[in-house]
Amino acid sequence: MDRDAERPDPDEETERQSEEDAAAESHEEDATEDSHEVDAAEDSHEEDGDEESDEEDEDEESREEDAGEESYEADPLLQELVAYLREKRTDLREEWARRINEADLLGVMSDDEVFSEATEVFDNYVDALETGSIENLQTYARELSERIIPRGVETDEVLGIVLLLRDVLARELFAKYQEDSEHLNRILDAYEPAANRIAVTVGVSFVEERERVINEQQEAIRELSTPVLQIRERLLILPIIGVLDSSRARQLTQQLLAAIRDNRAAVVVIDITGVATIDRTVANHLVQAVEASRLMGARTLLTGLSPEVTQALVDLGVDLSMMQTVGDLQGGLEEAERLAGYRGPRATDETRGAES
Amino acid sequence: MSVAILREGDYLIAAILSDLTDKEVVKLRGDLIDLVGKYRSRGLVIDVSALEVIDSFVARALRSIVLTVQLRGAHAVIAGIQPDVAIALVQFRLNLHPLRVALDLDSARTLLDHLTSGEAEDGR
Repeated sequence: MDRDAERPDPDEETERQSEEDAAAESHEEDATEDSHEVDAAEDSHEEDGDEESDEEDEDEESREEDAGEESYEADPLLQELVAYLREKRTDLREEWARRINEADLLGVMSDDEVFSEATEVFDNYVDALETGSIENLQTYARELSERIIPRGVETDEVLGIVLLLRDVLARELFAKYQEDSEHLNRILDAYEPAANRIAVTVGVSFVEERERVINEQQEAIRELSTPVLQIRERLLILPIIGVLDSSRARQLTQQLLAAIRDNRAAVVVIDITGVATIDRTVANHLVQAVEASRLMGARTLLTGLSPEVTQALVDLGVDLSMMQTVGDLQGGLEEAERLAGYRGPRATDETRGAES
Repeated sequence: MSVAILREGDYLIAAILSDLTDKEVVKLRGDLIDLVGKYRSRGLVIDVSALEVIDSFVARALRSIVLTVQLRGAHAVIAGIQPDVAIALVQFRLNLHPLRVALDLDSARTLLDHLTSGEAEDGR
């Protein structure tokens, strides 16, 4: 500090810097700065001194503002809070469980289960408040979601209980500090951001887990819904059931082409009896699938066009001249067998073997 | 150049082993047309199974090779288009119509056998 006093300009820089990391500095330095300021003011640089004292004021203000957001470990208010919440653990937990029951949340779980989960959540919650690290809580929330989602717990219930816990704790803080409103404000300043972050974490974990399950199921449905079946040597059948959207159509094309390559298919029958409606995009995807199959050396027959689908295709003006269509699957199979038998290399191979 | 041109009986087999530059494509076309005339081949298979990309230039070149060879009295078949290539070709509307295609070399030979059998039964 002495060294700075001799050179006022770098001193100012230090001051500005100290504004930035206000919370990181100790109070001890404050005192030194104050005393140094007096020196500076007494010096010939009176203007500098004024400026500095202004900055000093701002400095202190920002220090107070930062206190709530800065690292949790350094916050004595949160420590006080956590200690108090730990002390009242039993009461608060019971109060919370009671409120959960009152609100008819978690109806699918027994009271004992609710209470033991509540205990775990409470402890994790307070730990997260104390350390500011939500990693443990995230892990726990994910595990909890995995446990309770299969039992039918809804998103609103999970959000509901976390917000209830938040309210129970906040109410408790009100009760304790209601005489000293300033202290209460500062406690709440520290508590609320942390509590909200925890609520968001738990909610997000739950929703993410649900989404993961949904994605898995969608994937499973997709895999199941487009089987490519081989019914004769080099003859494939691809029954399509349900709604065809662009992504499914694209995936279907890829599966079909891979199957053509793997089974060395000569003829493919695509049966769309199970497709109720068709639009231009999907029709174009079908045309593309057929043309791509042709490039792979396979003939494609389209069967099972319902009257509605046929009319829609004609009305849409989709160019189906490339496609060979047969009324129903039975007719399609007969035609396919004729095609495969006529050009079937297997038969030709055997004939050639017999000749030589 | 990374194309293997093999003569097998009445057929000529051109296996493209790696992606070709435009120059190489033009040269391949000249070579194949010359060789078909020289060996009096009755069929040509162009095997593209090693190609991961077929762009519009290559597609047009393949088309012109096939059409030219057919004018010289031989049948030509493109063999071994990969699934991804097939999708790409269709999406860029390069459906190679009216070329003959086959799944692989084996199918291409069968197809050629079938195509040429009408002309001379004792050709094999």
